[in-house]
Amino acid sequence: MTVAQAKAKNLPAGANLPFIYREYSAERLKLALHKMYLIRQFEEGAEESYMRGLIHGTMHLSIGQEASAMGICMPLTNDDQITSTHRGHGHCIAKGAEVSKMFAEFFGKTTGYCRGRGGSMHIADVTTGNLGANGIVGGGIPIAVGAALTAKRLKSDRVVISFFGDGANNEGAFHEALNMASLWKLPVIFVCENNGYGMSTSMARSTAVANVADRAAAYSMPGVIVDGNVLSEVAEASHEAVRRARLGEGPTLIESKTYRYRGHSKSDRNRYRTKEEIEDWMTNRDPIVRYENELMEFGIIDQAGIEAIREAVRKEIADGIEFAKASPSPEIRNLERYVYTETV
Amino acid sequence: MDQAVRELSYAQAIQEAMAIALESDERVFLMGEDIGVYGGAFQVTGDLVERFGADRVIDTPISELGGAGVAVGAAVTGLRPIFEFQFSDFATLAMEQIVNQAAKMRYMLGGAVSVPVVMRFPAGSGTGAAAQHSQSLEAWLGHVPGLKVIQPATPYDVKGMLLAAVADPDPVMIFEHKLLYKTKGPVPEGYYTVPIGKAEIRREGRDLTIVATSIMVHKALEAAKTLEAEGIDVEVVDLRTIRPMDKETVIESVKKTSRLLCVYEGVKTLGVGAEVSAMIAESEAFDFLDAPIVRLGGAETPIPYNPELEKATVPQVPDILAAVRSLATGSR
Repeated sequence: MTVAQAKAKNLPAGANLPFIYREYSAERLKLALHKMYLIRQFEEGAEESYMRGLIHGTMHLSIGQEASAMGICMPLTNDDQITSTHRGHGHCIAKGAEVSKMFAEFFGKTTGYCRGRGGSMHIADVTTGNLGANGIVGGGIPIAVGAALTAKRLKSDRVVISFFGDGANNEGAFHEALNMASLWKLPVIFVCENNGYGMSTSMARSTAVANVADRAAAYSMPGVIVDGNVLSEVAEASHEAVRRARLGEGPTLIESKTYRYRGHSKSDRNRYRTKEEIEDWMTNRDPIVRYENELMEFGIIDQAGIEAIREAVRKEIADGIEFAKASPSPEIRNLERYVYTETV
Repeated sequence: MDQAVRELSYAQAIQEAMAIALESDERVFLMGEDIGVYGGAFQVTGDLVERFGADRVIDTPISELGGAGVAVGAAVTGLRPIFEFQFSDFATLAMEQIVNQAAKMRYMLGGAVSVPVVMRFPAGSGTGAAAQHSQSLEAWLGHVPGLKVIQPATPYDVKGMLLAAVADPDPVMIFEHKLLYKTKGPVPEGYYTVPIGKAEIRREGRDLTIVATSIMVHKALEAAKTLEAEGIDVEVVDLRTIRPMDKETVIESVKKTSRLLCVYEGVKTLGVGAEVSAMIAESEAFDFLDAPIVRLGGAETPIPYNPELEKATVPQVPDILAAVRSLATGSR
């Protein structure tokens, strides 16, 4: 069934479908669901592997924020670029990375995207335009502006997305980068995924304005607030910002209000928020459940179709973990490789 | 090839190198504070903005951290930025991007990217600019794997090393002593490079090796001239690059002379001289030493304003003379 047929079937005459149902084919919409499952199951798989001691270090999970990553990436092409954050697994998958190579990276293997040198916090896939997650809050924001400067100088049609969290909006790098991007009308989109807390410190306790998007006014760019748990809202804001950027009209600041179900990292004891708050988000506002319900309501997918996608994702995740387990570790003698560019 | 050789100042040599890079490679552009119509705080960029336009000679806001990050992002995605810090001291505002991003991005991504950014740092004391505009922070950056750190001492070298830096796939940090900007020397026209990571013997000698960096090379050469009349034959090694360091040239020199004096302007403790000394102590040259290694570095103080105090903060020619005289006659 096409989206148009679905529209005819389920909507009263004259009613408007949300943005993505007007913009994208049923295939694209199902692919978005597929990727949102992939993000969640990837992180659940990574978490389980961590618990079982297969992954060391730490990781920052974005479970609950899947619509934000996916919605922003929907209007992007493979040529467009992103810079990501320490909570960047979702961005990486949404932009097109393969979960097998991501698992391999988390397992520290040579087949990983960073050949075992980066891990979760530096996950990247340059081939699909992900210039890398970043261990420094706000570290990727000026880099995205630099990538946008390249896009403008080379007169490419490329846009660059800079993902960051609410914590980064109090870093100097955020302000310096937004100012320059606006001044030079660069094709960059600043996406603040506001999950309410910079580690344990809430927006109210850290930020002198109510919304991160309010800060856009100081840099003469549009500031847009969206419900980050509603895929269509996020994608619509991204679509408009991408259009502006490609036309040379400059940057946009999108604030995607969302929530992370898990703690900040593996050391988090969740002392700064209540169980009720977490449960409310998980039960009433889950971005995947909401999207599934919409798709079914508009007749784009049925329960069997959903189950089929879930099953395919389960297999993809299981295969990815097996690939990672079976991959070789880097050799100690290659410890210093990649510090500098090898000259032949 | 016939390349006419002119006398150029160190600043003119840098400007010429940048002009050649801008002319020959569309990807090259300059970024920095007041480098456009103002011509740069030390008139190094001069009128380049008139020749190459404001799109390629970009005045940034006073945003060292953001500006350095923009340069890093541009480098990773295919351009060749040359980023000017107005004073090397302002690197402190951008350490995040230099140390965490530029230096590590290639490694963190397992070789998937290179970061061909060049950063220029006007450094050093002697201009009466006091504690926050006179530092020599090269050893800070020299401590970071992933960066290359150079300190050219002559107009010839700074042109050739800057062009080598632009051609280099990795981040290169150039520390330019401000008192060198007006010094003159022979510089060939056109394109040439001077390799990064290779020291240069400025004066051959038998009795003692001075390993010096940047402006201290000239002070060491001046001292060597005086010492020659006293019958002390000094070899002067211009280190030129502090990361990666040319160990071989220094080791061979010390094996020949059996005595080592390190002269550098940065604070003495944990500085370039500490690294050179330790490197010699760990090498086969150690057995050749006839006297303990001596370091002359900056005093353990911020750079003061008063001109006499300022001079006393960093090694001067008389300090070098005294150190050499003592070292040349000393024994283990």
